[in-house]
Amino acid sequence: MTTQLFGQPVERREDPRLLRGEGRYVDDLGRSAAAAAFVRSPHAHARVLDVDVTGALNVDGLLAVYTFEDLPERVAQPLPLLIPHPALTHPRTQYALARDEINHVGEAVVMVVATDRYRAEDAAERVAVTYEPLAPVVGLEQSEAARTLVHADVPGNRGAHMVQQVGDAPAAIAAAPHRLDFRLDIERSASTPLEGRGVYARWDAQDDSLRVYSSTQTPTGVRAAIAAILELADAKVEVIAPDVGGGFGVKIMHPWPEEILVPWAARTLGREVKWTEDRREHFVAANHERAQEQHVSVGFDDEGRILGLDVTFLHDHGAYTPYGIIVPIITSTQLPGPYRLPAYRVEFSSLYTNTVAVTPYRGAGRPQGVFAMERTVDRIAAHLGLDRTEVRARNFVLPDEMPYDLGLIFQDGRPAIYDSGDFPESLRMLKELIDWDGFTAVRAAAAAEGRRLGIGLGCYVEGTGVGPYEGGHVHVETNGRVMVSTGLSTQGQGHETVFAQIVATELGVPMADVHVTTGDTRRFGYAVGTFASRAAVMSGNAIALAARSVRAKAVKVAADALEANPDDMEIVDGVVRVKGSPADAIPLRQVAVLSNPLRYSFSEEAKAATQFAAPADPDEPPIPRGEAPGLESRDYYSPIRSTFANGMHAVIVEVDPDTAEVKVLRYAVVHDCGNLINPRIVEGQIHGGVAQGVAGALYERMAYDEHGQLLNASFMDFLMPYATEVPRIETAHLQTPSPLNPLGIKGAGEAGVIPGAAAIAAAIEDAEGYPIMRMPLSPDDLFRLRREHAEEAAS
Amino acid sequence: MTRTEITLSVNGCQHTLALDPRVTLLDALREVIGLTGAKKGCDRGECGTCTVLVDGRRVYACLTLAVMHDGATVTTVEGLADGTDLHPLQQAFISRDALQCGFCTPGQILSAIGLLAEGRATSEQEIREFMSGNLCRCGAYPNIVAAIRDVAGAQ
Ligand code: FES
Ligand code: FES
Repeated sequence: MTTQLFGQPVERREDPRLLRGEGRYVDDLGRSAAAAAFVRSPHAHARVLDVDVTGALNVDGLLAVYTFEDLPERVAQPLPLLIPHPALTHPRTQYALARDEINHVGEAVVMVVATDRYRAEDAAERVAVTYEPLAPVVGLEQSEAARTLVHADVPGNRGAHMVQQVGDAPAAIAAAPHRLDFRLDIERSASTPLEGRGVYARWDAQDDSLRVYSSTQTPTGVRAAIAAILELADAKVEVIAPDVGGGFGVKIMHPWPEEILVPWAARTLGREVKWTEDRREHFVAANHERAQEQHVSVGFDDEGRILGLDVTFLHDHGAYTPYGIIVPIITSTQLPGPYRLPAYRVEFSSLYTNTVAVTPYRGAGRPQGVFAMERTVDRIAAHLGLDRTEVRARNFVLPDEMPYDLGLIFQDGRPAIYDSGDFPESLRMLKELIDWDGFTAVRAAAAAEGRRLGIGLGCYVEGTGVGPYEGGHVHVETNGRVMVSTGLSTQGQGHETVFAQIVATELGVPMADVHVTTGDTRRFGYAVGTFASRAAVMSGNAIALAARSVRAKAVKVAADALEANPDDMEIVDGVVRVKGSPADAIPLRQVAVLSNPLRYSFSEEAKAATQFAAPADPDEPPIPRGEAPGLESRDYYSPIRSTFANGMHAVIVEVDPDTAEVKVLRYAVVHDCGNLINPRIVEGQIHGGVAQGVAGALYERMAYDEHGQLLNASFMDFLMPYATEVPRIETAHLQTPSPLNPLGIKGAGEAGVIPGAAAIAAAIEDAEGYPIMRMPLSPDDLFRLRREHAEEAAS
Repeated sequence: MTRTEITLSVNGCQHTLALDPRVTLLDALREVIGLTGAKKGCDRGECGTCTVLVDGRRVYACLTLAVMHDGATVTTVEGLADGTDLHPLQQAFISRDALQCGFCTPGQILSAIGLLAEGRATSEQEIREFMSGNLCRCGAYPNIVAAIRDVAGAQ
């Protein structure tokens, strides 16, 4: 019997390969390729006065040195603006190599190509660039004050300004029995995958074609960009994302300057060229996220019910806006979370600074929105002296209100409508998992030993599975292999496994027969990419639909051959058979032979299948119009709108009374992403998200000084958590299927990170007894806060 | 350019290499010998993805020059499995789902083998502490620790 694989915690099929060291990441390919290295600006804001490459020219092994002047016209244009928006009135994107102005430390000025990386760096070191430093703009405060401008033609440093509202929030707040006003701050962080970016390009002069391997979350997007900018036919450009060592958002950005320059150099030089980003480059030249300053006003009644919420925030989008204003739009629209807000107004200004550009990092604006909303609910509870879970419960959107229309326009330009979810039940499960009601006793017991504990929680709703579409191709070969492909790429989410589970279940074949390829434009040309927790929802459903059509065709072909009724057929373990009559059966591989009128007997299957071949009708074409040879199907899934997953986290922390160190003692997660395809993989995704959530709350910040220098551009100083910092994570799943897609699933990739900062801030606040209004909090920050509050209390 | 000749025994194979003295052990393995299992996550001794065993001890291959290891015995992730039989730690990583993107994984496994040999895997706390030279941005730590505990317990 074929087992029902959908929903089972099957082991990941990518693991053995990766565990043997047989993973193939970009830098593992192209050992004989020439190596590129970049000369990058040491200044945050400067004019390039002169580039002198003569010193580099006699370096042994040098192949080429390129400056802006060397770029052909199309490559010398500013890079594309991927996602324009009417509110983004002053978009700016960078040049592949700096033309005359530098806008952040790390901007590429010169590209060097040599026979190996050592020599390329030797040559890069000998290039002399003369800069005229300009006053840099660092931080939201300076940017808003606009005494200096990042781009001379962008007044007020303001790239975008946007307001969304439902009802009249200011009036509702003015009329409310209670009102609170406060400011919140969140600092910068970044995706920081362990594999940085990398591009390896091979030009085939005889075929006039280009093959590019890139560590990307969207090979189809990269291909379209390369083809357009290098003026090649799409069909002459292949882009492959091989194994990718983590993305977390930063690799959805495309095209990076290097993704254009490296293929261009490969074509220009007529040889293979590879560039592997080094760690410092990744810190200063790959995008960041998070930083916002939020001003919240909320009005509520005596029971803690919110009557109006008004949030104004400043968003730091760095030096450029290549990815548009997706991040602050998501903050705006996901801020309400699981709560009913009778009146809501949100306004943001997106400001330029002389720092690395801001584009999505796992969570993509949601952690900031959830921080604002959850801190608000906690403030209300504190103000009224109510239990924090009670205030939440009173404001929840209830299951019988689904689908629930927020009245806002989501990132996909479509209305934000929650499709399903049971928030009261999630909260009940969370309270049980962490023993919320029993915490008073736990706290008292710890206090008796001189230890200081606190508990907090954070709730969120996450729009996942954003459109417009994704496709899937399923092909049963005559050898019985089921070849599956989809265009989006994989960075560790176990797509090979979950997509195989879906196909095995839909088609009725053993999982071992299913072979999945992702992120290879040679196999699937139309795709959007892996971001917004969309891969399982989008490609999963597309692949399921393709598998269903393959199944229908297999049943029809087999029924014809067996002279049976298609309705009586089933596919079990790769064999199509008549229900209740297992002898009347044909293996799928033979059905594959039958579905193609050309049957050279290259294989035993083909020979065997001929016995079933019905005599052809001489008055009909061998393939009826509208049908195709072979047992394969390509299908697309395109949703009307996003599906909304949700979750709630609770955390217990211990704060050291002397050193102000914060230790996470327990971390509990209740997660609802609809039907689970593979619970093991979902768990893994949650663990990864939580690790980044804890990191964003307690350790990670991009520390720019007033000159725009990133002071902690290394893993020694940018404190990514090790095994010592990530707690054990307790999880429980609720499954409210999405009514929007055939599989009833929702996305899970980003979930774990979203409420981390909010929940940990709440727990620290609970332990310390004064409000925590910003994240991250280092022991040093907490120590200072403690002192401030002690002084305040004393005076 | 002066080149220095050294021999290395890598996963049981003898290699004689003529190297630019500044070439790191990691680059010698990856670029010269062609064993790409050890990864380069930072190239400056901060992430552990390049961890290999040199004469049985775990080292960051990016932080040491190849020429300093003339005559040494090196084990990389490619040398762990015995044909189709995975090393017990590799198997435990599968059963515990201790990896996602897999980029840190070779380093985690070699580091864990070193840890077990050092006798430093007696408690969860100790495992976490002595694995704290290996970053995992996918956050697979809870399962990495569980996998190492499984193997430590079985020994
Ligand atoms: S690459 Fe060696 S420690 Fe990071
Ligand atoms: S599995 Fe991706 S970094 Fe560890």
